[in-house]
Order: sequence, then structure tokens, then C-alpha cells
Amino acid sequence: MNKLTVSLSPHVHSGDSVSKNMYGVLIALVPALLCSFVYFGIGAILVTLVSVASCVFFEWAINKYMLKRTDTSVLDGSAILTGVLLAFNLPSNLPLWIVMVGALFAIGVVKMTFGGLGCNLFNPALAGRAFLLISFPVQMTTWPKPLQGFFNVDAETAATPLALMKQAIKDGNTDAIEKIPNSLLDMFTGQTGGSMGEVCEIALLLGLFYMLYKKIITWHIPVSILATVFIFAGALHLAKPEYPSPFMDLVSGGLMLGAIFMATDYVTSPMSKKGQLVYGVAIGFLTVVIRTWGAYPEGMSFAILIMNAFVPLINNYFKPKRFGEVVKK
Amino acid sequence: MKTFRIGGVHPAENKLSASAPIKVADLPKTAVFPMGQHIGAPATPIVKKGDKVKVGTKIAEAGGFVSAPIFSSVSGTVLKIDTVIDASGYPKPAVYITVEGDEWEESIDRSPELVHIDKVYDLDSKEIIEKIKNAGIVGMGGACFPTHVKLTPPPGSHPTCVIINAVECEPYLTADHRLMLEHPDEILEGVALLMKAVNVNRAYIGIENNKPDAIKLMSEKAQYYHKFANIEVVPLKVKYPQGGEKQLIDAVIKRQVPAPPALPVSVGAIIQNVGTAMAVYEAVMKNKPLFERVVTVTGKSLAHPSNFLVRMGTPMSQLIDACGGLPSDTGKVIGGGPMMGKALMNTDVPICKGSSGVLIMNDKESKRGKVQPCIRCAKCVNACPMGLEPFLLSKLSEAQNWERSEAEDVTSCIECGSCQFTCPSHRPLLDLIRVGKSTVMGIIRSRHAK
Repeated sequence: MNKLTVSLSPHVHSGDSVSKNMYGVLIALVPALLCSFVYFGIGAILVTLVSVASCVFFEWAINKYMLKRTDTSVLDGSAILTGVLLAFNLPSNLPLWIVMVGALFAIGVVKMTFGGLGCNLFNPALAGRAFLLISFPVQMTTWPKPLQGFFNVDAETAATPLALMKQAIKDGNTDAIEKIPNSLLDMFTGQTGGSMGEVCEIALLLGLFYMLYKKIITWHIPVSILATVFIFAGALHLAKPEYPSPFMDLVSGGLMLGAIFMATDYVTSPMSKKGQLVYGVAIGFLTVVIRTWGAYPEGMSFAILIMNAFVPLINNYFKPKRFGEVVKK
Repeated sequence: MKTFRIGGVHPAENKLSASAPIKVADLPKTAVFPMGQHIGAPATPIVKKGDKVKVGTKIAEAGGFVSAPIFSSVSGTVLKIDTVIDASGYPKPAVYITVEGDEWEESIDRSPELVHIDKVYDLDSKEIIEKIKNAGIVGMGGACFPTHVKLTPPPGSHPTCVIINAVECEPYLTADHRLMLEHPDEILEGVALLMKAVNVNRAYIGIENNKPDAIKLMSEKAQYYHKFANIEVVPLKVKYPQGGEKQLIDAVIKRQVPAPPALPVSVGAIIQNVGTAMAVYEAVMKNKPLFERVVTVTGKSLAHPSNFLVRMGTPMSQLIDACGGLPSDTGKVIGGGPMMGKALMNTDVPICKGSSGVLIMNDKESKRGKVQPCIRCAKCVNACPMGLEPFLLSKLSEAQNWERSEAEDVTSCIECGSCQFTCPSHRPLLDLIRVGKSTVMGIIRSRHAK
């Protein structure tokens, strides 16, 4: 008779895996990725390729030569995902060496220093973007206009709608807001300046629906962020009509990208549903605060990074509801 | 459709033997009766080598109140009193009986006629419980808790309903399903007896809606009892672990049993398995002690997945042979279902009171996936039906932080395995949580002892 395997229950598994989840998110990113290629042409493709290749290379090299690990696979999809998300947060005309620096910071400092997959405190792609934004402010805020020919690398640049609005409010020039060239529909479909992956909101929403359908994420984080921004920005708009309308806030900047793909990062978001709602509301609130009163026109990435730091605390204070507590006495 | 409110998963159902009628298994050559077939003190043998026994002869006396007597399922001669490796993997004291013929104790009523409870309505609660106790009946869903103990709730508690567990949420198993299709009347009589035993006039039979034929049949048959007892069939949405006692109560009557050591009766519920109900009927109305049960023998590589009516003490290998033999690609043999069953060291393990199934898994299914780092996806938190945080409890066990484990309610874990089933990183969550749970329970016990 064959030898029998003896192990503890359960003896079956759902078949889920780390790479299934990572590649699932990558599939959800495809519509937005294609949009970025169409809008920003060859530049977007190059930035994406360099970002992904650098992330995978740095993770492989650090695992092999610095940590001397042999049992980890760089092809589990997490490094590729970080690469794509980092590229999504960059302008398409960014010099490629800067992209590599960003990838090195994201993977080398933010992810591997803490122990690699599952151990990082901050979202690597966002931390990489924040690092680049502080280190290369000019290059990081020079946005090419979309749809200027596929191979046109010296494209005309444009400020983002959020930057235009912020300037107009600062100058007290309310007429200027009316002149912002982009309509809501333009912004919804991505015909505006901005980071490669953030401009086309409809493609990002498609990704959200895919991830919800595949049960990769739950609705709690994205919905709580979007709802908070809408309500808070709406209240500000009602109180002081020169502030942009809440619809404008929803479709501009990195809000959708952040709410759908950045804040929902497994490793750096809370574990319980209650905790996820608290985290989402706080991110939405901070985003509007930074957009309205902060030095930067865009607050999404900083809001998420700030809340990343609070995740261990949130996990301690917001536990799932234990069975048996709801008994009526 | 009703179901429990927290967590849960949906493993592939694989009910391969759902349409296989219950066959009577052949008698074994030697029957082996482990003395510890139930939760509580092991039974004490009352026979010695060379004694002649009949089918239904008591061979071991209960070892205490939380214990149960054991009856021979065969007629023949006591061969020896020795040990046998049971499903736990440890050698346990056992009585071996060489089978000769098939002679039953005369007190057992072997006629097929149904004895309705209304014909013997003068039976009182004490009498019923005494008969159950003397028939050696234990919970037949797998936990094997002595039934008479469950029917004797602590003073001050007030049972309001009996809930019959006919969920069979474990994948592959079909024993309860077949039992309902083939013996609905006996089961309902048993339910009525259980209701009388605890003096309630309301019973629910919880059945998952992947068994529509059983729901329909049981609902029709339950009509008959409506004139004196309210027996209601409750269809439930398919979700694991709905057959967990606490989950079933939540699904059926929307009450949540408080954390241990509270009992289900604290919310008024007495839970019994559907197979137990059948055994109760046979014990009370037919004087038949518990010595046979329905067992599902199944697996993807097995030639003929089947359901058998098996005499206790029959080795599992004999049942596997009756299904076409052990497949050559066998990697694991499980006593019970794939979510909570025990992997066996060999196939000679005898069928006991709690053996609901024998599951053969092939080599490939038997191997666990490669363990990867926790990616904090929270799927284990969402799957846990007790509202615990398996990722945290497993890390606390690794760190041997028992104080914090206790504060994080590790003792509430019902060991259903949903967390480990769902973990994309194939982490051994339940293995680690079991270590934490048993250590913390030990600490709590020694604290009370002081």
C-alpha cells in the first residue's frame, strides 16, 4: 500500500493564490493602461516598461544578492504591479532615469527594507511617487497634453485642472475657473493633463467593477473614500461657491486611481471592514483638506501615505464583530 | 434564504454519492470497538476473552455521566481486549469480537413498522432520556457528544426549541441526505421524541438548499405532526460551516450563542444531528441500541462512491473494497469530510459512532500548496464565521504570546478551517491557531484549578 499523507484539516483549499490576486489587479489595470498608451503615446509605453522592468530587477537583485533568499519568486506579480502603479503616477514625458530612481526607492527602500512581500508599511508605488515629487518637482509636474500624436515626444504641456483651479482660487480670480478648458465629460474620459494612469476615470471604474466581481477587493475602501470626498467637497462648495463642485473633485486628479488601486493595496490597508471604512473616510477627508488648503494642488497620494502609517493602530482599535456579541439580553 | 450572518466560505460541493441509495454493508470478520468513541470518559469493557455476545449486547459500560456505553454490532466471541489505532492516530483500548452468524438480542424490535409517538404518548421526558442514555447514543454529526447530556440542560436554563442539524455542509458527504430520503418517518418520530425529552413544542430542521428533494420530502412528511407539535423545515443557503452548532442556531433562529463557556441552550436551542434523531427513534421505540450507522465512502478516484449502512467496528478498508478498492493514486484517507475530517494513518481504522464518511483523496489533492508570506488580504478575516482574526491569532501562536491570544478570543475558534481554506498564501493558519487554542485552554483550566 502507498504511504498515506497525514496532516491536519482542512484537507482542501480554495485554489486562490498570491499571484492570482496580483495578476487579477493587473488585469483590472489593463483598460487604464491602454487609455494611457492611447492618450500619451510612445512616452507612456516607455515609462511603463522601464518602471516594470526596474521594479522586477531591483526586487530580484536585492533578494538574490543582499538578502540571499532563494525561495522567493519575483514573478508572483507583486513587483510587476508596483511597476505599473508607479508608472501610472508619473507624467509620460518623465526622463527614464528618473523612473528608475523611483523604482529603486519604491522596491529597495519602501518594500525590501521592511522584509519584502507583505511586510511594507507604505504603498511602494505611492511612496516612490512622493519621493520623486519632492526630489524632481519640475519634471514631476510637467504634464503633456493628451492625444498629440503617438510618436510625438516633444508634446505641448498643460497644467492639470486641479492646479488651474487652485491658482484661480488663490488669485481670487473666479472667472478663471469658468475658463478651465476641460469639461466634466473630458475629465471623466481622460482628455486632460495629468499622470499617465489617473486621467481616464471610466477605465479605472471598469477596473473597480472587475475587482469587485472577482472578489479581489471589497467595496468598503473605494466607496468610503469617494463618498467622503463628494460629501465634504460638496459641503465646501455649498458654503463657498468658488470652491469647485464635488463632481469636479470626483473626476479630477488621482482620486479614482488612488481610491480604486492605491488605497486598496492589501498590505497597507486595514484588515477589518470597520477599519477599512475608517481608513477610507480619513483618506477622503485628508484629500479634500490638502486640495483645498494645502501647498500641493493634489492630495490623494499624501492622504493615502499618511493613513498607511495609521493602519497598525486602526487594526488594533477596529476589530471585526465577534460572534456572540449581538445577543439580546 | 436564511443563513448565518458572519463569514463563511463555499468549497466545491462534490456530492458524488448523492444519488447512491444506502446499501447494507457486509458483516466484518472481526469487529473492533474502541472504548473512546465519544467526548468524555472512555467506556469500561464488561466482557472478557471468550465471552459470547449477540448483536446489541452491551460490551462496555459508560465511564461517567459524560460518557456512553458501547454495544456489540455483531454476534460472536470476544477475541481479545487490546488496543487499536483509531482516527486520532493514537492506540486506544478496544474490544475485538470474532463474528459468528448474525444473532440479535431478543429485546430488539426488528419489525419494519413505524411506531408513532402518539401511540405511546404516556412516555415522559425522564424515560426518554434514560432510554437514550442506555442505548449509548452520542451526537452522530462527528463531535460525538453524549446525547443524554445535551438533553439534560443545566438547572436554570430554558430550552425553547429543538434544532435538527440536517445541513451536511461538509463537501462530499451524503449520509444525512440519503437518510432523509430513505427514512423520513423515523427521523421525524425521533424529532418528536427529542422535543418531548426537553418539553418544547417547536422544532426546526435546517437543510441546505443543495438538497431540494430532502427539503420537499421532509416538509411534506412534517405535516402529519402539526396536530401536536410544530416541526418546521428551514431551507438554508449553501454556506460552510453552516453545520457548526452556533452557525446553525444563528441561521435558523437569528440568535448568537455568547462566547464560551456558554452553551447553545443559553439562547434556548437544543441541537441534534439528523442521524441522532433516527438513532433516538430506534432506541426509544424499537429498543435498539446504537450499533450501526450510515457512512458515505467517496472520492474522485474511487470507482463507486457509495452510502452504506454499516455495523460499528467494521474496518474502513472493507468499505473501500466494496466501492471498487483503494485507487492506486491514493494520497490521503480521511475519516469524515475534507474540511474538518481527520487524515488516517491506515485504512484498518474501525467505523465508530461518529464516522460520517470515508474520503479518499488522490496524491495531487493531498499536498498542501507552498507557503508564502501573509499579504494581509483580510480574506481570512472575512471568512471566519466566529468574527476572529486568523492572521493575528496565527502570528500570536508563532510568537507564543498566549496572553494576547486569550485576549483576542482564540478559544472561540471552532476549528472549521475556513481561514486556511481561503488563504491565498497557503499559510497553516488553523494548525497554528489550534496550538494557541489548546495552550490557552490549558492555562485557563489551571487558573480555575488554583
